Amino acid sequence: MVLEKDLNLDATELRLGLPGSSEESLRISNKRALPNMNDDSGVAAAKKCDQETAPPTKAQVVGWPPIRSYRKNSLQTKKTEAETGGMYVKVSMDGAPYLRKIDLKVYKGYPELFKALEDMFKFKVGKYSEREGYNGSEFVPTYEDKDGDWMLVGDVPWEMFINACKRLRIVRGSEARGLGCVV
Amino acid sequence: MNYFPDEVLEHVFDFITSHKDRNSVSLVCKSWYKIERYSRRRVFIGNCYSISPERLIARFPGLKSLTLKGKPHFADFNLVPHDWGGFVYPWIKALAKSRIGLEELRLKRMVVSDESLELLSKSFVNFKSLVLVSCEGFTTDGLAAIAANCRFLRELDLQENEVDDHRGHWLSCFPESCTSLISLNFACLRGEVNLGALERLVSRSPNLKSLRLNRAVPLDTLQKLLMRAPQLVDLGIGSYVHDPFSEVYNKLKIAFQRCKSIRSLSGFLEVAPHCMSAIYPICGNLTFLNLSYAPGLHGNKLMKLIQHCRKLQRLWILDCIGDKGLGVVALTCKELQELRVFPSDPFGAGNAAVTEEGLVLVSAGCPKLNSLLYFCQQMTNAALITVAKNCPNFIRFRLCILDPIKPDPVTNQPLDEGFGAIVQSCKGLKRLSLSGLLTDQVFLYIGMYAEQLEMLSIAFAADSDKGMLYVLNGCKKLRKLEIRDCPFGDAALLEDVGKYETMRSLWMSSCEVTLGGCKSVAEKMPSLNVEIIDECEQMEFNLDDKQKVDKMYLYRTLVGHRKDAPEYVSIL
Repeated sequence: MVLEKDLNLDATELRLGLPGSSEESLRISNKRALPNMNDDSGVAAAKKCDQETAPPTKAQVVGWPPIRSYRKNSLQTKKTEAETGGMYVKVSMDGAPYLRKIDLKVYKGYPELFKALEDMFKFKVGKYSEREGYNGSEFVPTYEDKDGDWMLVGDVPWEMFINACKRLRIVRGSEARGLGCVV
Repeated sequence: MNYFPDEVLEHVFDFITSHKDRNSVSLVCKSWYKIERYSRRRVFIGNCYSISPERLIARFPGLKSLTLKGKPHFADFNLVPHDWGGFVYPWIKALAKSRIGLEELRLKRMVVSDESLELLSKSFVNFKSLVLVSCEGFTTDGLAAIAANCRFLRELDLQENEVDDHRGHWLSCFPESCTSLISLNFACLRGEVNLGALERLVSRSPNLKSLRLNRAVPLDTLQKLLMRAPQLVDLGIGSYVHDPFSEVYNKLKIAFQRCKSIRSLSGFLEVAPHCMSAIYPICGNLTFLNLSYAPGLHGNKLMKLIQHCRKLQRLWILDCIGDKGLGVVALTCKELQELRVFPSDPFGAGNAAVTEEGLVLVSAGCPKLNSLLYFCQQMTNAALITVAKNCPNFIRFRLCILDPIKPDPVTNQPLDEGFGAIVQSCKGLKRLSLSGLLTDQVFLYIGMYAEQLEMLSIAFAADSDKGMLYVLNGCKKLRKLEIRDCPFGDAALLEDVGKYETMRSLWMSSCEVTLGGCKSVAEKMPSLNVEIIDECEQMEFNLDDKQKVDKMYLYRTLVGHRKDAPEYVSIL
């Protein structure tokens, strides 16, 4: 419906609806890709007064799939939590009086993680190389994986790391030299 | 007719426990009616508006246990507005005023207020058992009243209710003197519970057989509870998350080993899948396993768990088990009778992980299968025909294809033949839910073969009135018929209005029936309440008989129009 602003055709247009209402919300809810949907059912669904007016896809047919609201709400909550729930791990640093906790999900990759650790513990991570680890740094980031082994941070892709990492430990460079050399 | 004194007959009637049989007994003659009604202890009312509490009390003065159902089934799927009805308060009020010594109350789909719970708790000295399923309207304050006042409470069973959790100390309201608990299920509560009070309660309940915890109960509490209640038969785990190397986990393993009686396991409302090995010792004895609220458990961990469950009779699971996982079920669970596969992603684009393949595997591996609820991505006629051949013992068969009008993806045909095979093969079928692309033909089959069918749910199916007519004419034992989005109109509705008196109820929404048609039914059948549910009150503006009715719910009743209907419900 193209509206000519100057002529204000909208105001003088003859319509079947009540004054002030627009046909658009009705039409949108009529769009169901299902047969046997006569106009009235579509209208009836549209007239669910508190329903949102976003165009429904097949998945949003009211009451379909037929699962109890209690169950639907439970799964929805879990989904949201799974998406927003943090991945908190403990971080210890040699010589620090107490441990910290960080949410790995917050970082997009190793550089961001290192920056956060450096800020938190006031140290510098140093340069990572595949061959020599963090050779040359005073402190080296390590982590405990699901098998209980202590690994050097940075060897595996980020996604794999955050799923495997159970806790972090920042060790003194002198101790870590062993980790850097062993392949 | 009476060669025996009443006491003898009464003693004989004691052995007749099913509601149906007792109802039949009461129809034999006047004296049997009298003896039966005085000796009746348990009454089941499938529709709370079919009778009044006063008449119930008058007929059965010895009543001890009452089961009531309120809203129609489709209320589960948001098709019935919240305040439509189903209030339990008038029932409790009437029972409280009478001399009835109520001991057990079981409610389904009813509105239960805190006020009703409080009145309930104070009115019946010997009250023992409260079971609420899919109810709403109450808070933990109401539960506190039950806990505090029902001195001989044995059972408090809350299943899938919407409870307003005030995080109060309702659990602490069980007095120290309360030691009679046999069953406690609060899995559906979302708030914190007083863990200390819970531990003390379990410690002083030596008869506790069933305990279902909510999410707020952590693993270390679970471990302590199991140590105090090794006699448990039914366990619902709340939170099952923690470190597999911790002390708590070791203690938990020991606790599970002591629980030799657990036959039923559910919950895992929060789960860390790498800790499942502690459960293995009890898996071998399980007859019921409900993992349908545990989306965190899938893949190999889930498979491994199931492989330990050789005695399983009932399995409720999410579709993330996949067809492959169902294959494992088929190989392992030879005693399986009931399978429910729920969608793990109800709002998604219909990417269910199970298809017809999983169902065929289970049907081949589990010959005792008699009850099915299956949400799937797709179904084929060939699969349904195979399932029908493998499992002729189905009593309940509910299939839900996430795309409700999807045809057989292999042949592009409707699923008429598949469902036809099911009804033809399963001569004892009592409940059927259809989905997928379906024409009038499937209803012809249903009318012809489904002789024992009592409940039928239809959505987005059929081509014409003929579909509904086949069913109404053919299914002599039909009690509940619920239909949505089908092209059934007045011709079908009005063909045999007398039939509705033989049924509990009929629901039709988004069909072709008109206001005039509904009025006609109401006129011809004064023993029916014909309700028009019109949420946005479009009917107010337009009382034209030719207007299509959005939602109609009709049911037989002995007490006429109900007085508690909201404004948008017109009873014709």
